[in-house]
Amino acid sequence: MALLEASKVTKQFGGLTAVNKVDFDIPQGAIVSLIGPNGAGKTTLFNIITGLYKPTTGAIIFDGHNIGGGNPSKITELGIARTFQNIRLFANMTALENVMVGTHSRMRTGLIGAILRTPSAMREERSVAERGLELLDFVGLGGQEDEYAKNLPYGDQRRLEIARALASTPKLLLLDEPTAGMNPNETREMTDFISKLRSERGLSILLIEHDMKVVMGISDRVSVLDYGVKIAEGSPDEVRNNTRVIEAYLGKGQTNSKPINPDVAADTAG
Amino acid sequence: MQATKTPATPPQGRTMRRVLEGSFTRGQIIGGLIALAVLIALPFIYNKDNLTAWNMKAIFVEPPVLIGTMADAAQYVILAIGLNIVVGFAGLLDLGYAAFFAFGAYTYAFLASGHLAQLTGGKIQIHLSFWLVLFIAAAVSAFFGALLGSPTLRLRGDYLAIVTLGFGEIVPAVFLNLGNIKIGDTSINLTGGVDGISGVDKPGIATFGLGSGICRNLKMNPNPLTGGCRLNNLNPEPYYFLYIGIVVLLVIAVSNMRSSRLGRAWMAIREDEIAAAAMGIDTVKTKLLAFASGAALAGVAGVMFGAKLSLVGPNSFDFNTSVFILCMVILGGIGNIYGVIVGALILYLTQTIFLINLPNALNKLGTDNKIEFLAKTDWSGLKFMIYGIILVVLMIVRPEGLIPSARRKAELRGETGEPRALVAGAAGRGSDEAERANPVATAERESLYDMQTEEQPTERNDR
Repeated sequence: MALLEASKVTKQFGGLTAVNKVDFDIPQGAIVSLIGPNGAGKTTLFNIITGLYKPTTGAIIFDGHNIGGGNPSKITELGIARTFQNIRLFANMTALENVMVGTHSRMRTGLIGAILRTPSAMREERSVAERGLELLDFVGLGGQEDEYAKNLPYGDQRRLEIARALASTPKLLLLDEPTAGMNPNETREMTDFISKLRSERGLSILLIEHDMKVVMGISDRVSVLDYGVKIAEGSPDEVRNNTRVIEAYLGKGQTNSKPINPDVAADTAG
Repeated sequence: MQATKTPATPPQGRTMRRVLEGSFTRGQIIGGLIALAVLIALPFIYNKDNLTAWNMKAIFVEPPVLIGTMADAAQYVILAIGLNIVVGFAGLLDLGYAAFFAFGAYTYAFLASGHLAQLTGGKIQIHLSFWLVLFIAAAVSAFFGALLGSPTLRLRGDYLAIVTLGFGEIVPAVFLNLGNIKIGDTSINLTGGVDGISGVDKPGIATFGLGSGICRNLKMNPNPLTGGCRLNNLNPEPYYFLYIGIVVLLVIAVSNMRSSRLGRAWMAIREDEIAAAAMGIDTVKTKLLAFASGAALAGVAGVMFGAKLSLVGPNSFDFNTSVFILCMVILGGIGNIYGVIVGALILYLTQTIFLINLPNALNKLGTDNKIEFLAKTDWSGLKFMIYGIILVVLMIVRPEGLIPSARRKAELRGETGEPRALVAGAAGRGSDEAERANPVATAERESLYDMQTEEQPTERNDR
């Protein structure tokens, strides 16, 4: 059974249908990419899955729970974590504190434990901090734990956001344009890192990405949205050769079915 | 988990040390103990006997007045610490904080005075212990904090400020008007109206078997009913020590909260509420906890207020009080517990001692030195202008407060010179690009999230 199954998900903002009856699933352990031209509804779909938006109609089943329109914190508790398109770190908190906030939903200390600093609260705090350091190491930010998030270089901020998401021990990780604004070298590193997330941590990953090299390189499956409608789905090769996808990106009138040059697609999108 | 193992040597980072060592750095502990020692020594050094012995005149203010004023200042220190939880930690602007102060004071006035006996013709007599009411009043204020918070905390920024402002106006008005309710032919004076409730009990102290004989030595009155001692207004020293003790306990409690999971969640919400929600923080519940905790501290301060003054009336809890406390927090250093303590002390002592004595002092200075301008001006009319100028100058010189929190300082001044704030970073590289890529969706998401959050409570997951 798929880890996440969305059926007939629709989201309307007033008269605008941002996501239109999208069926969609993410198999356990897969890397699924979501692509589409600007305004296709990719981020909206992300926000629906993570509970920031309530779908107008449709259901989303994650790991046996119906999460459509649930509270974001509850959804995180169930095992979905995300990063944001325009990085949303806690700027004036240190890297380690950022990661520790990510563990919030896995901690039990309540008001009384916090005030009295009970032994169990202290134990928990300590183990969470240690795990935070491990995660920072894992994403390549070892030794940076005391740096304020805002003082980190751009690429490191992206990594920190992933570390923070990993801190909640998710089953499904949603990455919203993880390579946006990166140079080719950084992009390659990030691509390798995403594969590593799956191979080493067994995560399922849903990826929004405009860089076709990244998408075609690591995805098991690619879904294409255009004007809120899913127009294609399949392996990277199938999608690359799909006429409707080519039309969506380059416009109609292109009748030859030559494969898209990944660089061209990336430029159109980015 | 097969992440690279951290080295065996204990990590020495700042954040990690904070986790391991507790809520206070070594510097804070030493500084705190020194400050405490100075405060405890104060009444023993600066008192009437010593002044006569040293053949000195009082400096600016008579010893008992200073000690009594310091005991009053302790209430404001607690109020500032409490408001700092709401405004400084969680980033929620509360302009009606004095309302919770009022709940605490009236709770004590009801539960520990002759007022109820008067009201019921002697049928009900409640004189609960000061110590017990501290907790009851904290709970009552926290309850009203949660009550106000639950429908309003989904509002943001300015809207929340306006609602709390209204609440702060309503509460004293309710206490005022409850002094004259007419049901049928009977009119009931529930709260004493504008005169308030007087004859509120003084705190009692147990003597732990030493007998009430020692009370006089400790400048307290013996309490034949309980065999303990009772504080009195003639001698402010017992109040002074008692209130310092309460402040110390609350500083420890709030520091612990700040450096816990809860404190981190407050900070995260202040930084970015959407990201905080996505990280698994129940934002409404967490903000409610901030509101309730802050209110609980105000409740404690209210009890201390009633117990010291023996009179609780509606005029002590108006909008001015709320703004006064907010000024203490901002001027002292928003977000920093020690900053707001200093801010509270400075503002309170400035207003109650410095400004009161300033006109006479200036006149005297003029007469002594034959400066006619100083001697003849009526400074009492100008003292609040001077106060205002002091505040404005302080805010220009140190916008981050006297003792700012490291975070706030970094926010206002920029730590590295090179502005790499997330906002700037996002605007510069990442999100510029992202936003160009998807401007509609980004704008949409921002505006619609606001709508979305307002619907949320009805949409709780029904699993």
